[in-house]
Amino acid sequence: MSQMNRRRFLRTGGAVLAAGSLPFSLVELAFGQSGPEDFTFAFISDSHITHIKGDRFVRNWDRGMIQAVAEANLLSPRPDFIFYGGDIAQLGTPEEIDHGLEILSGLRGDVHHVMGEHDYYLDLGEHWRKRIGPDHYSFDHKGVHFVVLNSILTWDEWTHRKWDTPMQRMKEMARLDNPDGSPFMVGDSQREWLRKDLSNISKSTPIVVMSHSPLQKIYRGWNFWTEDAEQVQELLKPFDKVTVLYGHVHQIQYNQIGNISFHAAMATAWPWPYPKTFVQEASHLPKLTVEMNRADPFFERDGTGWQFINMHTGDVDVHYALPDNENRVVAFNEQQDQPVDTLYQEESNRIPPQDHY
Amino acid sequence: MTRLTPRRSVTLSVLIAGLGIPMAIAAPLGLPPVPIPGDNPQTEAKIALGDRLFHDPRFSVDGTISCSTCHEREKAFTDHRRLSEGHSGLLGTRNAPTVINSAYMEQLFWDGREPDLEGQSKQPPVNPVEGGLADVGVLVEKIRSEPSYVEEFNKVFGVDAENITADHFADAIASFERTIIAGDSPFDRYQYGGDESAMSEAAVRGLEVFRGQGRCVSCHLIEETQALFTDNRFHNIGVGFKAIRGREAEIAHEFLKAKHAGADVDKTVLVDKEASELGRFAVVEDINKVGAFKTSTLRNIELTPPYMHDGSLDTLEDVIDFYNNGGREKETDPLTPFLSGGIRPLDLSDQQKQDLVAFLEALTSPEIASQVTSTEIITGSTGDQQP
Repeated sequence: MSQMNRRRFLRTGGAVLAAGSLPFSLVELAFGQSGPEDFTFAFISDSHITHIKGDRFVRNWDRGMIQAVAEANLLSPRPDFIFYGGDIAQLGTPEEIDHGLEILSGLRGDVHHVMGEHDYYLDLGEHWRKRIGPDHYSFDHKGVHFVVLNSILTWDEWTHRKWDTPMQRMKEMARLDNPDGSPFMVGDSQREWLRKDLSNISKSTPIVVMSHSPLQKIYRGWNFWTEDAEQVQELLKPFDKVTVLYGHVHQIQYNQIGNISFHAAMATAWPWPYPKTFVQEASHLPKLTVEMNRADPFFERDGTGWQFINMHTGDVDVHYALPDNENRVVAFNEQQDQPVDTLYQEESNRIPPQDHY
Repeated sequence: MTRLTPRRSVTLSVLIAGLGIPMAIAAPLGLPPVPIPGDNPQTEAKIALGDRLFHDPRFSVDGTISCSTCHEREKAFTDHRRLSEGHSGLLGTRNAPTVINSAYMEQLFWDGREPDLEGQSKQPPVNPVEGGLADVGVLVEKIRSEPSYVEEFNKVFGVDAENITADHFADAIASFERTIIAGDSPFDRYQYGGDESAMSEAAVRGLEVFRGQGRCVSCHLIEETQALFTDNRFHNIGVGFKAIRGREAEIAHEFLKAKHAGADVDKTVLVDKEASELGRFAVVEDINKVGAFKTSTLRNIELTPPYMHDGSLDTLEDVIDFYNNGGREKETDPLTPFLSGGIRPLDLSDQQKQDLVAFLEALTSPEIASQVTSTEIITGSTGDQQP
């Protein structure tokens, strides 16, 4: 803003500038030094950058990611860091991963990455690890212990079958309802790593686990599923407050299993329907989920989104930024001891989803 | 999207001020009945008072600016300028939208910062780059000091001079504006009147483009019995982005700081070009609404150049090229990262573009066309021409 404009601004405002503006009415709770601090981080996921040829990429997926980056940069106060929830690429090629990282480089702040199956099954994560780093790790931030897992591994027999090409393996894993597919898992060695990693953490320390697939079982045919989810949950059980944040499902989901709160991320690329709408029979979809508002296909971003997360006293509130739709907030409700949609939890407030084709 | 709850409204017979003489008629072909708020019913005397206030330049700091300065009947209730000019030649930041059919708008101003015409009509007289009055108190004083106004306000609202308020002023102007209604275009006669010869063949082809490959109708709505050509929503279509490119975050933060410290949104967005480009965000503070502006109606669009919230496009051909290029003037221009997902390259042929123009020209109401004397875009400042 020019000097002139700034002066006019002040004159018309007739008031002194105050510090701290909070889009989305970010809540900041003050509390004693004994607990973890409050902070915010952004969570962008599932951009599925798709290479066409030469320097051409699918425009729509590019635009979704570009918009999420631009909007995340508007957050005030600045988020402490950004999580990218995996599936930056569609078919795991270096071109796609590099192009996605170039778009993400516009983010103001450090990015922590999670491995998605679309990043992995072409070269078993080689290019991704070269550009980004390890696929499972942990770090501490303002009193919260963060753990990143690679949850999209599967049995070695499947991974190392005699594939015609690595691309054949990639495409098999990308298919929904694939009878030749294979379920996701964290696997023995990573679970052992997790057990050791958590062994030195006090039970009162809030834990946030980031994974690509849900560390709960929802629908196996689409890998809304982690085969060893119960074993991972068992390792997290001793802690007072645990939150699992995941991508992959391209929709809002939340659930509470014991001490563990679960939240899914919207994709910046496209929405998936609820599995139950597809199988037309009873599913394991957690009862607590409020389904998404209906999307208008004219608006290519409707049905997509990204989120920013408020951490306060170790609890997670997820703010969903949903272009061309109603933004939503799923916040931890201390009375109910579980995440609750702040607007649509009441059945009478809901907008009926499309549940037939 | 947040939709404001409209006031409880009742439907009255529609009045049209065709030649300045209000008379009751049915809603014109192609338009629904005019929604009239229950707390501001139409009366002939109120409409006549609103007409007088609308055209009276005394409600400005130097006695030169009235509503009709920027919403002139002979210019299809616009000013044919890129940006509107207030007192002393001061330029605002936005293009004057037409008053015609504004009675149907669910939110007023390009960013929807007022929910109704009553709220809207109070703002320009006290905006520093429009009427320039210090506050509405000055406006009310000007009414009270004119005996003929005191008499009329008493007749219309039953109030003494000391009880006249800015709300009375606003109610009267809103009532007048609700009479400026126009349908019955060649399109209306074709679509709703059963007259297949009402539109040219080119316009009929253009309607197909409008509904199909052009993707226009998703926001500029045509419904089964009526067409307002707006969805009353806000979209970032890429206009005005160059002015704040790459600095959106800083400008948004500066703006919010000032707003939360008490700065008036109406004043700030018309005075500060950069804050103006935040669009709907400035009102609702929703990150998804950066650079989003209200879908304008397309009725009488041929008569209201230049186009877009900043008046940056001179012709309908320019507008169609802008959309055809996916939200930019030239195919090589950068796109705003905040671009609506409804905007994408259209790949229209030259023939399709010409047909689309022919269709847009078929949205002109004959009674409006008969009043408009010129559609030439006015450049330069009238302020400069004054001695």
